[in-house]
Amino acid sequence: MKQTESSDVILSGNEAVARGCWEYGLHVACAYPGTPSTEILEAIRQYPEIAAEWSPNEKVAFEVAMGASFEGARALVAMKHVGLNVAADPFMSVSLVGAPGGLVVVSADDPGMHSSQNEQDNRYFAKFAGYPCIEPSDSRESKDFVGVALDISISFDVPVLFRMTTRVSHSKGIVRLGERTAYPIKGFERDFKKFVVLPSNARVRHVWANERLARLRAYAETLAINRVEPGDPSFGVITDSVAYAYVKEIVPDASILKLGMSYPLPMEKIRTFASSVKRLFIVEELEPFIEEQVRAEGIPCEGKKYWSNLGELNPDLVAKGLVQAGAVHSSRPVPEPEPVIPRPPVFCPGCPHRGVYYTLGKLKATVTTDIGCYTLGALPPLNAGDTCVEMGASIGVAVGMAKARKSGKGIVATIGDSTFLHSGMTGLLAAVHEASGITIVILDNRITAMTGGQHHPGAGKKMGGGEAQRVEFARLCQALGVTRIKVIDPYDLETTRNVLSGEMENEELSVVITNRPCALYPPENRKKVREKPFRVDLEKCIGCHSCFKVSCPAISESTEKTAKGLTKSRIDPVLCTGCSVCSQVCPVQAIVRIP
Amino acid sequence: MKPLIKDQKNILIVGVGGQGVLLASEMLAAAAAQAGYDVKQSEVHGMAQRGGVVSSHVRIGPSVQSPLIPAGQADILLCFEQAEALRWVHFCRPGGTVIVNLQKLVPPIALMKGHSYPEDPLAGVRRRAARVIPVDAAKIAASLENSRVVNVVLLGAVSRHLDIPPAVWEKVIEKRVPPGTAPVNNQAFKKGRSASSL
Repeated sequence: MKQTESSDVILSGNEAVARGCWEYGLHVACAYPGTPSTEILEAIRQYPEIAAEWSPNEKVAFEVAMGASFEGARALVAMKHVGLNVAADPFMSVSLVGAPGGLVVVSADDPGMHSSQNEQDNRYFAKFAGYPCIEPSDSRESKDFVGVALDISISFDVPVLFRMTTRVSHSKGIVRLGERTAYPIKGFERDFKKFVVLPSNARVRHVWANERLARLRAYAETLAINRVEPGDPSFGVITDSVAYAYVKEIVPDASILKLGMSYPLPMEKIRTFASSVKRLFIVEELEPFIEEQVRAEGIPCEGKKYWSNLGELNPDLVAKGLVQAGAVHSSRPVPEPEPVIPRPPVFCPGCPHRGVYYTLGKLKATVTTDIGCYTLGALPPLNAGDTCVEMGASIGVAVGMAKARKSGKGIVATIGDSTFLHSGMTGLLAAVHEASGITIVILDNRITAMTGGQHHPGAGKKMGGGEAQRVEFARLCQALGVTRIKVIDPYDLETTRNVLSGEMENEELSVVITNRPCALYPPENRKKVREKPFRVDLEKCIGCHSCFKVSCPAISESTEKTAKGLTKSRIDPVLCTGCSVCSQVCPVQAIVRIP
Repeated sequence: MKPLIKDQKNILIVGVGGQGVLLASEMLAAAAAQAGYDVKQSEVHGMAQRGGVVSSHVRIGPSVQSPLIPAGQADILLCFEQAEALRWVHFCRPGGTVIVNLQKLVPPIALMKGHSYPEDPLAGVRRRAARVIPVDAAKIAASLENSRVVNVVLLGAVSRHLDIPPAVWEKVIEKRVPPGTAPVNNQAFKKGRSASSL
């Protein structure tokens, strides 16, 4: 039985990582926000001993943490799985340098793509770079394993990939709190052959990195977090991350080898475990990362034959696979869900993006869009988003389309402020350099909204709210060489339409910047954004449903009908922020502000 | 000494972003932990603020492994919205309890062709679950002149089916609600608790 002492608290996996950072003496933490990793830095903010800051992108965040580690500080960098693609350059190359102060690289993967464009399995990145991969399965381990990761990182002079998943990051469990152990920062020790990866040095360092990996392999055999739980010998399961919890739920008496470190694998331990059971299963989420390596050693095992590489695992899927394999004999039937109307996410009431996408949809622009709340503009009824691939792609893709079409007319790249600073500026440089005729819309809502409202260099605030230098987008674009720059109020549909249609027709590169802040973040601004709400004058409403086309959650059907039997609209005065966009699309002026 | 925990309960809390599902499940998890249970809670957020479906798994017992409740094994399904009750009713175990707030939130997509909000979600829920307890949380909240206590009313409703002492609930509510609102929240909790009898 678990007792809740005063030092026991309920923490999410992300909060537990933050707590682990504090307890194990971390000095520096940085990140670019990205679901499901964001709350790690948000929780670290409460510990003044740790110097923490949002970085403009994951590559910079990685480099800042790397520099701190070179200085001898204990450092952590956190990102979502696709963020590691952005940081892949320093991630791969620092392998040959090492991480003298300790460097933990958190990759929060998103099996099932709850909030991501892909579900890549970043354990492969650990193998690619030759780093240990540490994988907690719950909140308690999320805290404790930060200590393990830092120990390994410092002793082996190696960055450690700390792989979370959405389920581990966002699930909560009881964690026993400890005290902080403080460590001195050793200071940078100049070493040309180590820190300057000129080819002549790098060749020598690659030999060193290979030897380091061999030592890590040997270490994996004795590492306590690679744990055998002896049980029924009829079959054994090797598992990692949250899959372990599902296996324990479904077959609590099975023989289990629970891997807290999934790279490099403890092959001797695995061989011994395999020989102690009649059949060996590998239960892992996403790709056959462990399975492939175990097979390559000539150890018979079964895994992806029964568990798909698509999406999240759950207890039902673990049970289904074991039944299919004939390892367990019965399983409860899994009840089928009822078909119910979906609830796709929509722009908030008062969202400044609404007017822009409504207009782009009407103008039938080719819209290359980007990653953020505004990706929702691609969904019906707005239907203004033709491509979306990854952070910053909108501008490069638009430049490429225009190159192929030999005209930029009608091509509009839309990109948020945070995404533009993350990786849009270099795309804009290409557009300037190539004199591309595209139109770029920077949706400046002054916050990273999608991930819950984090500050960025265009917000003029530091993490925690302190004042910071604010990047002015118009001046920035001017400095990068853009000559046509227009600032618009996206609540003003007529001007928005005139400016956008004009720039779409124009063969010159232009940047249009919207100037309304996010209606949701930061929360203290919500009152400032709010104006008197609107209502539908039921006498005037003709039931044409034009207002539905702006896709606002405050607008719904009323119980009133027109003479022709069409349903009239209604506006929820509590949800309405008074942005007025719907009133501008009403053909009969039936939407009026409540005085 | 804390009492020995034998009881194991799976509670699935569902609703729509902005209704307070996550706060209610945090309070439930905190109360269970204080009463001596092991607790795991799992939710996926990200779209929660934007009118999407929100579900939170809360599992309490002597020792909890999986943070997710297997389908068909929820002892209690607590629904903040009627159509969401229908969406998640298959998670309820045979003989389990479904508590449904009578509120209906029609998503904007219902205004588009090919989609419609279910005619009578509650009837659909009753077809699949034997024990359905409707709670008019908005009406109860209105009687307390505070529309923001709906989630605490529903927390009160679910508390009746759990072995967690009232004093623990009171302490958790005091700790988690905005300063000065503990009395109205405690009232909301009590009204919710008495509203969820069969």
